[in-house]
Amino acid sequence: MVKRVIVGAHYGLRGWLVQRITAVVMALYTLLLLLILVIAPPKHYLAWKSLFANQGMKLATFLFLASIFAHAWVGMRDILMDYVKPTGLRLALEAIVGLALIAYAGWALQILWSV
Amino acid sequence: MHFRIYRYDPEKDAQPRMQDYRVDLDPSDRMLLDALVRIKSLDDSLTLRRSCREGVCGSDAMNINGKNGLACITRLSDLKEPVEIRPLPGLPVIRDLVVDMSQFFKQYHSVRPYLINDEPPPEKERLQTPQEREELDGLYECILCACCSTACPSFWWNPDKFVGPAGLLQAYRFLADSRDLATNARLDNLEDPYRLFRCHSIMNCVDVCPKGLNPTKAIGNIKDLMVRRTV
Repeated sequence: MVKRVIVGAHYGLRGWLVQRITAVVMALYTLLLLLILVIAPPKHYLAWKSLFANQGMKLATFLFLASIFAHAWVGMRDILMDYVKPTGLRLALEAIVGLALIAYAGWALQILWSV
Repeated sequence: MHFRIYRYDPEKDAQPRMQDYRVDLDPSDRMLLDALVRIKSLDDSLTLRRSCREGVCGSDAMNINGKNGLACITRLSDLKEPVEIRPLPGLPVIRDLVVDMSQFFKQYHSVRPYLINDEPPPEKERLQTPQEREELDGLYECILCACCSTACPSFWWNPDKFVGPAGLLQAYRFLADSRDLATNARLDNLEDPYRLFRCHSIMNCVDVCPKGLNPTKAIGNIKDLMVRRTV
C-alpha cells in the first residue's frame, strides 16, 4: 500500500450543518422544558405521566433525543478523526459509536411510547 | 532582564534544554527582538530567524511566554520575567528557535493561493469596484508568519491533512476576490472532513494573529459559501 497522505473525501458540510441545526433543536426543547417546569411544574407521578403521555410532548422529546444522537455522532467522529490515527481502529470505533447511537434511538422510542 | 530560551542543536544535543540569560538592556532596546539580538551578540550560538524587524516579513514568529507572536513587535515592557522563549509549537525544530516550515507552506500552496482567471485579459487591468476591493480587507494583510496555524490544536493533530487557519484565510482571500473565477473548484478542493472541517472554532488563531486578522471568520465565510452552494 502506498503511504501517501490521502484527502478529498468531499463531505463534511452536511455533518457540520447537522451539528448547528441539532444544537438549535436542543436549545429550544430545553427552553420548552424549563418553561413547563416554571409555569406548571408536575407535582406528582401522575402529572409527570400525563405530561409525557401527550403526543406533542412525545414527538418533541423524540426530536430532542434524536438531535442529541445526531450531534453526538458528528462530535464523536470529530474526536476520533482528531486523535485516533490507525485507520482500522478508527473505522471500528466509528462503527461502534454509530451502532450504539442507533440502538439508543430505538431504546428512546420504546421508552417514550411506553408511557 | 531575565530570559529563558529554548536551545536545541540536533547535531550536538540529545535533548532540548532551556538556557537562562540575564542581560543588561539599553534604553533603546524596546522590543523583544532587540533583546534577542543583544543576547546573540553575547552568545553567537543562539539561532533565530529575523529580517525586517518591523512586523512585515513574519520571520521572527516564536512562542513568547506561552503565546505565539512576532518578537519584533512584542514590547519588552509588556513581558513578565523570566521571559520564556520557545520555537513555534508543532513544527520540527531545525535548531533553537528555527523551525521547519515545509508542512505549513505545503498546506498554503494546496489552496492555490493565486488569482485564477482564464478569460482574456483586458487591455489595461481587471478592475474592481471599491466595494469589491473592500471584500479583501482583513485577508490580504496576512504575512504567513505561521503564528496562527502553529497555535491551532487541529493543526497540531493533523498538520498533513488540515489546511490550517493561515491557508484557509488565503483560500477565502481568493474566494472573495471578484476577479477570481475558480470559486467552484476552490470549494471542491476544500469540501473535505480533514482539509476544512477539522476547524472546531477554537479561535487560538484569532487570539495570536500579530496582524489582528480573523481566520475563524474567514473559515466561517467559506462554510457559508458551501451552504449557499448546497442548500
